[in-house]
Amino acid sequence: MTHAERRQWDVVVIGAGGAGLRAAIEAREQGLRTAVICKSLFGKAHTVMAEGGIAASMGNVNEGDNWQVHFRDTMRGGKFLNQWRMAELHAREAPDRVWELETWGALFDRTKDGRISQRNFGGHEYPRLAHVGDRTGLELIRTLQQKVVSLQQEDFRETGDYEARIKVFQECTVTRIVKDGERVAGVFCYERESGRFFVVEAPSVVLATGGIGKSFQVTSNSWEYTGDGHALALLAGASLINMEFVQFHPTGMVWPPSVKGILVTESVRGDGGVLRNSEGRRFMFDYVPDVFKEKYAETEEEADGWYEDPDRHRRPPELLPRDEVARAINAEVKAGRGSPHGGVFLDVSTRMSAETIKRRLPSMHHQFRELADVDITAEPMEVGPTCHYVMGGVDVDSDTAAAQGVPGLFAAGEVAGGMHGSNRLGGNSLSDLLVFGRRAGLHAAEYARACGDDRPVVRDAEVDAAAAEALRPFGTGAEQAPQTAGGAGSAGPPENPYQLHQELQQSMNDLVGIIRREEEMAAALERLATLRERAQRMAVEGHRQFNPGWHLALDLRNMLLVSECVARAALNRTESRGGHTRDDFPDMDREWRRANLVCTLADAAEDVRSGRIALRRREMPPIRSDLLELFEKEELIKYLTDEELTTK
Amino acid sequence: MSTAADSGTRAGAKDGPEGEDAGGAKVNPAPESGGERYDAHFRVWRGDAEGGGLRDFTVEVNEGEVVLDIIHRLQATQAPDLAVRWNCKAGKCGSCSAEINGRPRLMCMTRMSVFDRAETITVTPLRAFPVVRDLVTDVGFNYTKAREVPSFIPPQGLGPGEYRMQQEDVGRSQEFRKCIECFLCQDTCHVVRDHEENKPAFAGPRFLMRVAELDMHPLDAAEESGLDRKTSAQDTHGLGYCNITKCCTEVCPEGIKITDNALIPLKERAADRKYDPLVWLGNKIRRRA
Amino acid sequence: MATGTEPQQNAGPRPGGVREGSRAAIAAPHLRTDRWWLAPAGTALGLLAFVVYSTWRAFANADYYAAPYVSPFYSPCLADNCHEMRGGPNIGLFGEWWGLSPALIILIFPLGFRLTCYYYRKAYYRGFWASPPACAVAEPHKKYTGETRFPLILQNIHRYFFYAAVLVALVLSWDTLLGFRDAHYEWGHMGLGTLVFLVNIVLIWAYTLSCHSCRHIVGGRLKHFSRHPVRYRLWGWVGKLNARHMQLAWASLISVALADFYVYLLASGAFTDPRLF
Repeated sequence: MTHAERRQWDVVVIGAGGAGLRAAIEAREQGLRTAVICKSLFGKAHTVMAEGGIAASMGNVNEGDNWQVHFRDTMRGGKFLNQWRMAELHAREAPDRVWELETWGALFDRTKDGRISQRNFGGHEYPRLAHVGDRTGLELIRTLQQKVVSLQQEDFRETGDYEARIKVFQECTVTRIVKDGERVAGVFCYERESGRFFVVEAPSVVLATGGIGKSFQVTSNSWEYTGDGHALALLAGASLINMEFVQFHPTGMVWPPSVKGILVTESVRGDGGVLRNSEGRRFMFDYVPDVFKEKYAETEEEADGWYEDPDRHRRPPELLPRDEVARAINAEVKAGRGSPHGGVFLDVSTRMSAETIKRRLPSMHHQFRELADVDITAEPMEVGPTCHYVMGGVDVDSDTAAAQGVPGLFAAGEVAGGMHGSNRLGGNSLSDLLVFGRRAGLHAAEYARACGDDRPVVRDAEVDAAAAEALRPFGTGAEQAPQTAGGAGSAGPPENPYQLHQELQQSMNDLVGIIRREEEMAAALERLATLRERAQRMAVEGHRQFNPGWHLALDLRNMLLVSECVARAALNRTESRGGHTRDDFPDMDREWRRANLVCTLADAAEDVRSGRIALRRREMPPIRSDLLELFEKEELIKYLTDEELTTK
Repeated sequence: MSTAADSGTRAGAKDGPEGEDAGGAKVNPAPESGGERYDAHFRVWRGDAEGGGLRDFTVEVNEGEVVLDIIHRLQATQAPDLAVRWNCKAGKCGSCSAEINGRPRLMCMTRMSVFDRAETITVTPLRAFPVVRDLVTDVGFNYTKAREVPSFIPPQGLGPGEYRMQQEDVGRSQEFRKCIECFLCQDTCHVVRDHEENKPAFAGPRFLMRVAELDMHPLDAAEESGLDRKTSAQDTHGLGYCNITKCCTEVCPEGIKITDNALIPLKERAADRKYDPLVWLGNKIRRRA
Repeated sequence: MATGTEPQQNAGPRPGGVREGSRAAIAAPHLRTDRWWLAPAGTALGLLAFVVYSTWRAFANADYYAAPYVSPFYSPCLADNCHEMRGGPNIGLFGEWWGLSPALIILIFPLGFRLTCYYYRKAYYRGFWASPPACAVAEPHKKYTGETRFPLILQNIHRYFFYAAVLVALVLSWDTLLGFRDAHYEWGHMGLGTLVFLVNIVLIWAYTLSCHSCRHIVGGRLKHFSRHPVRYRLWGWVGKLNARHMQLAWASLISVALADFYVYLLASGAFTDPRLF
């Protein structure tokens, strides 16, 4: 039997980014004992990388804004594939979530009359993003972190123990959600520092683990983004939806190679930056799709006028939703009109004074100066698409964030699917974290409370199995691990996890990247099968104390699972929509609009090469009629089938 | 366009049509293609709380790389279990703090081009904190100190959405909130770096700055609720230990003027309270009136 | 867990620095490869040179007045034994009993101002006291209490020296004005000395106003700048000067010594003041 210390909590939150911390705060404020488990140090979550802002229709800058407009923008951005109820809740509740941050000490940039300032962003009709320079994510995470600390101080005054009711297990990784029958019973974790295993028993588990970007080579995501929550949910019997939709942010750094993929915030364009090709042309005017034709400017004069007088000008096409801009850049580079290092030029130097640039985009200025020797106040940046966000995720109930089919499991933030449809608007992520983080925390708390004394039980057999799985990369030598004896099974040399990871990233980048083709995706599935096979022979050196090779080996299981979801779903969806672009099916298909592709874990097969993911197509519920009435009929025709329009 | 020319010189032969790399489209050279590469000498501290030492490595360096890239290459090729903390690799999260040639720095923001190619580059863990393994240290001290600073106290009678603050009033605190908590300032501060025994009494620059941030927050209601942050900075958080030698400001990767804008103003605020009879008298009279 | 957020149980404070037991086992007190000793050594030499020069001049009690110029070391001159300066800063606060150099009375104030100045503190803590000698270079002291105790806790009275320094600067401004006379006290003249004094007084004011205490008094102590627009603007200006506090500290230190030396040259007859008009 494995020795793993057991701890009892009411709610466990996996992940300490925006969604995780917001969920934990809510659960704790509901009076439940809440544990947060995160892979990094407390306060380092990937949320710090968010730059632009938090979308919320507070109407501080333009009074015309309200939740209905925000809802409309979100649905348009997601090409109507969004779970409309989530989009509605998100648009309605976002302002409250932002204001609440101020009462916890956040300091946003201000308008002249002292309110929270809001900036323009791609796809948003009005200036809507509450921001702090270009480091909004840092402000968000720090505010939530400090709120957690303030709750701990409260508990300390009351009980003498800071961690009586909310505790952060930092630098710990969850490898399995343990169940008791149908119900969630707890999580199995290891401490990165010591390699020791422990189990946290809790009736409610909230997944807030973020995305999957580390399966791609060029990505703005950090090492943590290995799709842990997606995989944990699959392995616990939940399903994932919309996994084919991966957002490639149009502007990532392209040079030097070691920083390729690092994000260049959309605020650069929101504040006036323009995209040019090697011929100096503002090429985005050539890429405005039909569905957006009326909303975007046709001439440079008109576009430039919009920054000062948005009511009488149409928006510059640089501010199209991210999928459109990313595709346009991709096309320009392919046509040979790219910049020297394979991107296009993003220029603010001719658009704003050096002072303004330094004030409004301080971290971009810093980032380019330090990492690329480029002074953005004097010369243009070189940018290209980078894997940024996965729209797909755990299939959840819109109101409660509860994972379908697994009682006690909740998901919020990037790991949850549906909210953003086929493409997320910039700024909607941070508000998503707050709105659904809070909802997940609230409902996880209610669920845990309802369990009362009938708490699910974590059985030793489950713990042993999880421990054996985690120790597998050490081979038979390390600790007692009954099932690993000969578990490596298939013959062949031991594999290096770093090597496998690199090959996985390369495959996903090349074959299931921004533009997709049937043959390539089929080839990707083949490669994934081979990688899966080789992953069984992974061997790591050293011991269990802070061993990054071992950590990577464990994360690879998750990356392989989610990569297969992405490839399988992408192969199946024979249309182009949002973050899913098919070379062989370039058009949007109204029939596909109401279809979700649902991934679940396939029954265990003998042959490791056969896929581990089962895929099915599911009809989406029709959009509520009062929400449909927010749109003009002419617009709906572009998205909805005739049948849907008439039943309305 | 100027960039084309500039980056052309930066990239050396990379863009030249006569470049021999045939692979890949012209506009999209594979990351490793072209550019200059050379072998660098590294000395990396390896070990744990029981002991350890500097180990020598020779490792390939490509153009444009940072120290963290080299550490990753070591992991992937020579030392798979080399422990290192990192996250964003863009200078935004403050995880990859270490000491490079004896100076506290972020590994992801230290470009290889600042070193001489023949130079041996020494990388050690932060030396003010207990070591865990290799380049990873136990930074728990900082989390303990963070808890000792009383949080923002919201003003009575203002609900969410009713806060009104002017930009000039939030500017000072905003500068301090740029902090990414890399703890380099805590590491370099000799008060605790050279005197372990001072750790219980001294919050360190990062958390004294936090006190300053809250004291300058235009809506913090600490005073109304009976907490004087100015006095407690000195009495509880050890402001007096700071002898303003400015190392915290020197190492700050965010360029925050910790000493000039946070610590010294805080010292002056403490002096208002504790060493200035004029201010004391003035307040007394004003309160009467 | 060691990276946990709970305080460590066993952590009774142990004395020690970078070679303390729990830290990474590295014997060297530092691993810096640059010339880190250059800055503290230069600072120490510079300050030392000034101390030697000013001590000599302050105790000399001679050659400090050459009409119309008075050495800034001796102004205002507060004792009866001062040189008679027409229109100049003679204030006989100290009677005949004072037999020492009158410079010793007044120099306490500028000296105190500089001694408690936030920049000079850094400079001499690093340069003379090696606490620390440079960043991330281990300091040689076993114990360190900083400015928590007597005598260093007195650094907190910097603002009073600032007030005094403003008064002294006002007197020095007056002296500079008197420099627009000739040796016979006729107004409307100017010599090289006048220029020297002008440069000096500008630097003295710039240094004095760039003081951190000044920045605090002018506006830094406010919680709401928006309610005090004038003070906010002043705070901004002082802030700009304050960013150059170190440069101004050195520049004014050198200029004040030069002004004194210039008077010394004139008074001792080694040099005659070239008259411009």
